[in-house]
Parts: sequence; C-alpha cells; structure tokens
Amino acid sequence: MSTPVVMPQMGESIAEGTIVRWIKKVGDTVDRDEPLFEISTDKVDAEIPSPAAGVLMDIAVKEGETVPVNSVVATIGAAGEKLAAAEPGKAGGVAPASPVLPDLPDQPDQPDQPDQPDLSDEGDRQKSSPLVRRIAKEHNVDIGRIHGSGIGGRVTKQDILSFIEGGGTPSIDSRSARPASAPLAQDQPPVFRGAGDQVVPMSVMRKKIAEHMVVSKRTSAHVYSVFEVNYSRVDQIRKAKKEDYERAGARLTFTSFIAKVVVDCLRQHKVINASIDGDNIIYRNDINLGIAVALDNGLIVPVVKAAGEKNTLGLSKAIQDIAERARAKKLNPEEVHGGTFTITNPGNFGAQFGLPIINQPQVAILGVGTIEKRPVVVDDAIGIRLMGFLTLGYDHRLVDGAVADQFMSDVKKGIENFDPAQA
Amino acid sequence: MIDVRRLGLVSYADGLELQRALVDDRKAGRIPNTLLLLQHPHVLTIGVKKDGRQHILVPAEVLTERGVAVFETGRGGDVTYHGPGQLVGYPIFNLDPDRRDVHKYVRDLEEVMIRVCADYGLAADRVKGMSGTWIRSTRDARSGQVSDAKIGAIGVRISRWVTSHGLAFNVTTDLDFFNLIVPCGIADKAVTSLAAQLGHPVPMAEVEDAFIRHFSAVFEKTPA
Repeated sequence: MSTPVVMPQMGESIAEGTIVRWIKKVGDTVDRDEPLFEISTDKVDAEIPSPAAGVLMDIAVKEGETVPVNSVVATIGAAGEKLAAAEPGKAGGVAPASPVLPDLPDQPDQPDQPDQPDLSDEGDRQKSSPLVRRIAKEHNVDIGRIHGSGIGGRVTKQDILSFIEGGGTPSIDSRSARPASAPLAQDQPPVFRGAGDQVVPMSVMRKKIAEHMVVSKRTSAHVYSVFEVNYSRVDQIRKAKKEDYERAGARLTFTSFIAKVVVDCLRQHKVINASIDGDNIIYRNDINLGIAVALDNGLIVPVVKAAGEKNTLGLSKAIQDIAERARAKKLNPEEVHGGTFTITNPGNFGAQFGLPIINQPQVAILGVGTIEKRPVVVDDAIGIRLMGFLTLGYDHRLVDGAVADQFMSDVKKGIENFDPAQA
Repeated sequence: MIDVRRLGLVSYADGLELQRALVDDRKAGRIPNTLLLLQHPHVLTIGVKKDGRQHILVPAEVLTERGVAVFETGRGGDVTYHGPGQLVGYPIFNLDPDRRDVHKYVRDLEEVMIRVCADYGLAADRVKGMSGTWIRSTRDARSGQVSDAKIGAIGVRISRWVTSHGLAFNVTTDLDFFNLIVPCGIADKAVTSLAAQLGHPVPMAEVEDAFIRHFSAVFEKTPA
C-alpha cells in the first residue's frame, strides 16, 4: 500500500513551504525516518524524514516549488510496487468510467500545458487532472468548491460528475476513487430522502471522526472492564491544594489526579502503552496522553507529550492548556498526533460510564464516568462516599483481561490512596 | 538546562563539522540542549540558491587579497558574511515536543538580540517579512544615508526538530566587509553593529554574558 508524503506543518503561522532539495530520487529505496527532502520557510531549512519505508514512487512537487502545508509532495510505495501506479495527474483516471454523462468522450489524461503545475489556476490550489479541469470549464464549475476524495484531496472525475449531477451542491458521496485505507460507507445501501429532509454535507472533522471510528472498530477487538473508584480522598486533597494551584495558574481537578495515576500505572504496565504494527508490538518509550475534548459539532483529542516526565501540577497545566486551545481552535496539527493512551470523559454530562472506542493505533482508552456521592458499604455500615466508574476499553488482540484488570486495579488503588505529597 | 560552550575563533569548516556531530548527539539524547558561541575568521557563505554567487560583488582575486574565504553550504538562504567581532550563536536545540514551531523559534532568536541591544540602550526591532534584528532609520556613517540597518542575521537549519546554525550578531564587526556582498540579497538595506551604533567598541565577553542571560530567559532554561 502506498503512503502519501505531505508538506509538514512547521509552525502555527506557517501556511506553505518550498521544497529546496530532494535527497532521494524516484525509484530510490527509503527507510522510515530517513531524510527524504529539504524544505525552506522564512530563513529556516528543515530536513524532512520519510513517513514510511519503501520506494519513492512519485515526486509531485519539484525543487523550488512552493505548496500549502499538507499538500501531497510525494508517494512512498511498498518495495516491488509498480511505479506507474502513482504517476502524477492520473488520479482522476482511476475512477471508473462514469455512467452519468456517457456522451462525454473518455479521453486519456494529457496535460494541456506540459510541465504546468495544477496550482496555476488562480486562487484554486486544489489538485485535479486536466480532464477534470476541462469538465469543470465546460460546466462552468469552480473546482475549489468540490471536496476531493482522491489522494491528497485531489478532485477526481467521479467527484466532479457527482457534483454536476447534484446541481452544484458539494457531493457527500465518497465511495469513488477513495484509497483502500478509508473505507467510509463502502457497502451502504442507498439512503432514501423524504420530502422536507435536510441534506447537509459533513464537515471535514465529522468525516474524519466517522472514518476513524469505523476503522478502529474494524481494527481492534474491543473489550471493556469497569471499576468503581472512591474519590473521597483526592477530593480532600483537591480542596486543600486548590488555592496553591490557582496561584500557579492551574486548576486541580479530578482529571489531574486520574491523569497522574494513569501515567504512573502505564509506566508499570507497558503493554497498555503500546501499539500493534503488523506482527510486531511497539512498546512506547514515551507516555503521550491524549485527552478527548468535546467541541461544538465534534471532538478532538489533543495530546500531552512526554506526560511521563510531568508532575501533577505540570500535567494539570498541560491538560488545561491543550483543552483550552482545542476549544479556541488554536492547536497545532501535530498536537493531535502521537498519542499513546487516551482519557475521555463521558461523565461530564452525567453518564455513569461510557464504552469508548479505542483511538488508533493505541490499544486502550480510559473512560471517566460521572463522579457523585453514593451510598456504599463501609465497615458493615452504609456510608456516603464520592464515587465514580472508570472504564477501560482495550484491544484484546494485545491486552488480555487479566492484564487489563491488573492495570485498572492499580489505577483504582492509586486514586484511592493518592499521596498528598504528589499533588 | 543549556550547556553553553564559548569557543572563541573557529573556522567555518570546523564549525560545520562540530555542529554536525552535536546534532547527531542531540538527536540521540547524548547531550542536553547546547548553545555554541563563537566567531569565525573572514568568510562568505553561499546557500544552495543558484544565483547565490551573483550577490558577491567583487572578483575572486579581491577576496583572496583581503583574506576572505568562500564557503558553499547546504543551507537555503543567500550569501552571508561572517568575521571577527561578530558574535555567532549556534543553538543545538531539540524543539520537540514543546517548541515545535519554526517561526516562533526565529522570533525567539530575534527577541534575544533585541534584549541584548536594549541592555546597551539601543532600541532594536523586527522588520515585517525580513528575519533578523534591525535598527530603524539610522544614518550610515559613510554614505550619510538614513535607512533601516540590520544588526543581527538569522539562518536556521532543522533536522527532526533539532536546530543548527542560528544567528550572527554584529558587535565590533568591520562593516566594510559587507560591501563585498549584498547581504541576504537585500540591496537597499544597510548593515550596522553595536559599536557603530554606540560610537565606541564593546568587549565581546561582556556581550556574550548578556547574550547567555537573555537567551536562557527567552528559552526558559537554566544555563549550566
């Protein structure tokens, strides 16, 4: 399977990058993380490593050219894969011949202007083949308005034909020419539309969430384990230390304690902080803690990097920072990548516990249920304690029930016996 | 923590070699974030841009006569002059995970130079669209022209978020040498130095001390 290589985001305010030099040539074999090309932005040159091992099959952006971040600049294929499969400008040709406009001659894609990059269309940086651009011109359609389902957001022939067929409303049909790795609604039967129904295209975020969730359900063998935890002790510590934290510009919350205990327990149970890569298990060196944050109409999981090196105050500050920036839409794209374990908080709205879907390629996720006073048995009497459920969703391909429960048992003990000196 | 190394005069080639080794060490975690402070003998460095040599304004014989070496580097950017009296700072820093923003990194380097200038009562500034540290509307001693003049230049290289190269800050630099080139291809901007602005020379060691102090503050690290 081929891996697209994109222009990386080197900073919050950086919208584009210039390729200064290709270190590898088409046909060269590259290792993962081996330097592939060099880019230059505002007095800074950066060497960009390959995202995958394989063969450099295609260079889409030549030396000296400037493209927006996240544009596809090259394709890495598995060793032995045919070079022709990723020839530039052919993505549109991959789509099956259209049943919609059969009178349109299906001519081969030939550049009308050789060596002219696709970006030349004014204000329209979206990639497309010459055929697609010709169809767009004939139908007086602005390609920039169409969502591209091809590699790197390329607008395929199928995309533009569906767009025209739909009377110019952006198509939500993404079944065509989609790479095999993105199996959205592959076999979905036609959905009927009743009178008065509203048809709204999914946002990019919605589509990503949908894809991610389906892929995860298909990838991992989800199993759940639920523990009830007594939060009375950390509640007392929280009340005692609250002001100290506020003076340091941080909020001491239940999440602070849970995160600290989880990080400590992940260090002991390395199999929970891991990934599956083919037939290999990757035990992560760092603990990068994903924190699910609900947004209007969506959800994002920013990551606290190197969470294992932070104390409770550092974790509280970092979680607060990324959560606030997530809500303000001020995260750097790389801040939502690289997580090794995720905490999500379905209890915010009163859920006793949730059964969250694993955030791939991780192998486990912790769901925090609502925390409330409940009657519990204490020394053969009934007492009132601050209680809440914790759920671990784990991938049974790698994590067995006994291991997951030992981890959860340690998390429970860690919270119930939290050392005030650690707060 | 920052390991600060004051190296004195180092040839450009040795400087490159040292940086290469330290970048590898930093990537492997064998060394902490490290700041090299040094000066180079007279040298013009040319980037990979094809027209780089066009910005050298004199023939090769004149360069030889004045003892100026020419060095082609792998970096982007244009032609640059380094020489005695110019404080060169090469931070070998891992920007991952907490400082992964190259623009911010460049702005931080500018901030350090602005603060050093402020120590000497000099108001330095940024010029939009042009990296480096500038003194606004200053009169050139020789030409009498008033223009913005660059006191500190920036050129950075990043490999897997580990930085090399960095900045060059004119302390007592002989500004005549800049007449050999169009600095960074910007023809209508002048070059200045701390000494030219103050009207008297400044000891390099003193500027290095100020530089280390402000660098540590801006990058929120303790110097070792």
